[in-house]
Amino acid sequence: MSLPLAPQKASALTKHNPAIRVQAAEAADIEAVVALDAAITGTEKAANWNDVYARFADTNQRLQRYFLVAKSGRDELVGFVVGEIRAWEFGSPPCGWILALGVTPDLREQGIGTLLFETLCAQMKNDGATTIRTMVLGTDKTNLSFFRGEGLAAGPYIELERRLD
Amino acid sequence: MKLQKASRYALFAVLHLASEPEKQFSTAEIADSYGVSIHHLAKVMRTLVRCGLIESVRGVGGGYRFSGNVRRTTLWDVIHEFESLESDIDTPETLHDKAEIVVTGLDAVMNEIDGLNRATLDSITLKTLLRYGLENLDRAR
Repeated sequence: MSLPLAPQKASALTKHNPAIRVQAAEAADIEAVVALDAAITGTEKAANWNDVYARFADTNQRLQRYFLVAKSGRDELVGFVVGEIRAWEFGSPPCGWILALGVTPDLREQGIGTLLFETLCAQMKNDGATTIRTMVLGTDKTNLSFFRGEGLAAGPYIELERRLD
Repeated sequence: MKLQKASRYALFAVLHLASEPEKQFSTAEIADSYGVSIHHLAKVMRTLVRCGLIESVRGVGGGYRFSGNVRRTTLWDVIHEFESLESDIDTPETLHDKAEIVVTGLDAVMNEIDGLNRATLDSITLKTLLRYGLENLDRAR
């Protein structure tokens, strides 16, 4: 099932690659998602992605969780995005979180990541989110510059952590 | 954090060239566009050529043109050629025990701040900065 795009997003898409479409992930897509993620990160995480699919895929829409994939005209998987709307964590109103986003390395800078991002934002906005948020490793230049390019900037929350050993 | 003049001039030049990558501009043209010293800018241009961010074009109508990828080159890629941006607590060589505790703690805090500064500058590409500039200018007007 293809997801509806706002008219201006559709025109932005055709400027880059009209054959790319974004749709809800299906079970048959997971093998390709695992392979793409492994190609990007260098670590194969099949069990993790099967678990993500079980928790975030289409059947869990009422939980405001999203797992979308981008497909080429030849039906090849060329990108994915995972997110969810969370509310009232340390006072934060309903906010869309992007948990993962990946695009086939050879096909970057063609608007695929932007199409996935904008489709997810449109769905989250429609479902009540007023802000989009993500967390990226400080040295991950590819993802940091992508999200900056989409207009994200440092927000009012600061990530804090400590080791538990 | 305060950017040195050389970094600021370098960003003027690189962004000017990156905004029209098919064209070439002389140092004088760039200096004139931004109202900066041509002498100081010339030194900056030589550093930018040496680090591969721009290239010089010889011959009639020669000058400089951008030689990077506007969607990949970040502010950090430009700035770190001119300064380190590392915080300096300016501590004396010998410290009393109690002062050493404070300074060691401050070092950790400064490292955290430096890491955030670097990550921020390394996340903003030239293309993104040009867009931010135009959007903020539109809002201000």
